[in-house]
Amino acid sequence: MAEPGSAAPRTRLATAGAKATTQAMLRDQPRRDVIRNTAFAGLLLLAVSIALAGLIALLVQAFIKGAPALSTDLITNPPSSIYPEKAGFRTAILGSLELIAGVILFVVPVGVGAAIYLEEYADKTRWWNRMIEVNIQNLAAVPSIIYGILGLAFIVRGPLDLGFILIAGSLTLALLVLPMVIIAAREAIRAVPDSIRQGSLALGATKWQTVRSQVLPASIPGIATGVILAVSRALGETAPLLLVGATVFVTFDPTPFSDYSALPVQIFNYAVQPQDEFQALAAAGIILMLVVLLAMNSFAIWLRNRYEQRW
Amino acid sequence: MTISKWLMVIASASVLAVGIAACGDDDESTTGGGGDLSGSIRIDGSSTVAPLTAAVAEQFEAENSGVKVTVGTSGTGGGFEKFCAGETAISDASRAIEPEEVEACEKAGIGYEEVRVATDALTVVVNPDNPVNCLTVDQLSAIWGPDSDLSNWSQVPGLNEEFDEDLALYGPGTDSGTFDYFTEEINGEEGASRKDYNNVGENDNTTVTGVEGSPGGIGYFGYSFYEENEEALKALEVDSGKGCVAPSPETAQDGTYVPLSRPLFIYPSADALKQAEVQAFVDYYLDNVNSIAEAVGFIPLTEEQLATSKDAAKKAGA
Repeated sequence: MAEPGSAAPRTRLATAGAKATTQAMLRDQPRRDVIRNTAFAGLLLLAVSIALAGLIALLVQAFIKGAPALSTDLITNPPSSIYPEKAGFRTAILGSLELIAGVILFVVPVGVGAAIYLEEYADKTRWWNRMIEVNIQNLAAVPSIIYGILGLAFIVRGPLDLGFILIAGSLTLALLVLPMVIIAAREAIRAVPDSIRQGSLALGATKWQTVRSQVLPASIPGIATGVILAVSRALGETAPLLLVGATVFVTFDPTPFSDYSALPVQIFNYAVQPQDEFQALAAAGIILMLVVLLAMNSFAIWLRNRYEQRW
Repeated sequence: MTISKWLMVIASASVLAVGIAACGDDDESTTGGGGDLSGSIRIDGSSTVAPLTAAVAEQFEAENSGVKVTVGTSGTGGGFEKFCAGETAISDASRAIEPEEVEACEKAGIGYEEVRVATDALTVVVNPDNPVNCLTVDQLSAIWGPDSDLSNWSQVPGLNEEFDEDLALYGPGTDSGTFDYFTEEINGEEGASRKDYNNVGENDNTTVTGVEGSPGGIGYFGYSFYEENEEALKALEVDSGKGCVAPSPETAQDGTYVPLSRPLFIYPSADALKQAEVQAFVDYYLDNVNSIAEAVGFIPLTEEQLATSKDAAKKAGA
């Protein structure tokens, strides 16, 4: 049994210490610290507002200029260079949708395949695998116009010789966003804990069965998010498309094997016309494009939140 | 979700996309009718000529729904490159074909004919508050020349008006036929221009905004851009030694607005003209170009010029 006399000073000491600490934490901060804290928070706020101000200015301007031109004609009518009041984006919207459908069909199997190889099969101690990794990172930062030149030289002309048709545009855009998809898919695959793989292997599954039935299903939300973000980027690209044949005036609905136009190309074309009516059309086109992009990005976020697994 | 469900999602998404494309096809065939011609005509080249060609194409397609015309804007030079590679049927041009391009076409065995379709008056514009009304070619060259270091209107040689404002120069990009033509006529050599101007690329609307916003602003572009912005800008008269002449449809047509009035061309290829739909399109172009030109801001051809063009088109097809 401890003596009360010996415990009491220790308890007192502990209480005093706790009290001092609490007071130190709660007492008024020195004036200098307060000023610094406020100034720093102010700077951060400024950074956010500069980013937002740009976006808001763009939106407001597009809405003010484009609002009069907003109507269903915008979606249902083909372009016109004589009648701005009737002109629309029908063929450009169809062109863009077919372009990204082609991008998805190409980029999903190739991108996911490459990611599975790099994460599950590649031996990372080999120099060539490390080189592939570094190069994929680098490719993601190559300017899009370079891919346009590549597409023109190898897909439109050269070995593939497809000509200036929609599929050539699709393939070029797919090459452009492929590194993004590979990187996103690798992140998603890496996020699946190793215990899942080891459990599966321990139960007698082969490596391929493990990848197919355990790793891939678990990583698909992440992969899908990456694909959608990549496709959003492809949808907004103009520069490479101009090189591989997206023209500004197409009045018929494009097929995968015909000439084609795309939404951003059409917007650009309207924007450089001298007549005010066409510039209003361009602004309306920007609103249209923002709506499509916002919808796609929201879908990506919803997909991630809905199916995200926590281990 | 299991893999198979995801595959379903992807599959249905692609079906949807294909469905959209298919819908397009259906639509097209139901709206079809009128005109026996069919085929496709690919046109590329000058972005200056494109609105005119597109306007003609639009009306042509309304009467011949079986023919698909596309118009691109790679620039005059870019257009000829594709044209001489046999990739386009017709090339739009805001200047005549150049010797290197002639050579490229010959090498590839592409025959063609030069067909003039309209006239443009390159217009030099300044801010409405600028008291200057007329500049000689030499004065323009002093401002825009490759060796020019003028920075203020008061430094422009031989100017009668007192105007103390800094020069703010706006001009098109170096790929533009407009740039080629202006530098050739004003500075004596194609491509020779001072480099420190605001390069607006292919977007001449930036020149409108820039000159409107700076008191000492000066820029140049096609007549249609001035026509659309007459209240915001002032067009300078140009003196090539025979007095000051203002740009207008009349002075451009009768050849008094020199040296900045220029012909605009289409170059149909001889091979393509053997196809009935291309021949029909070129004929339609020349039959209707004058009425359409005015509607889209171009200066129409005179009767005489039109007759010459029709002859040229006949010769190419023969």
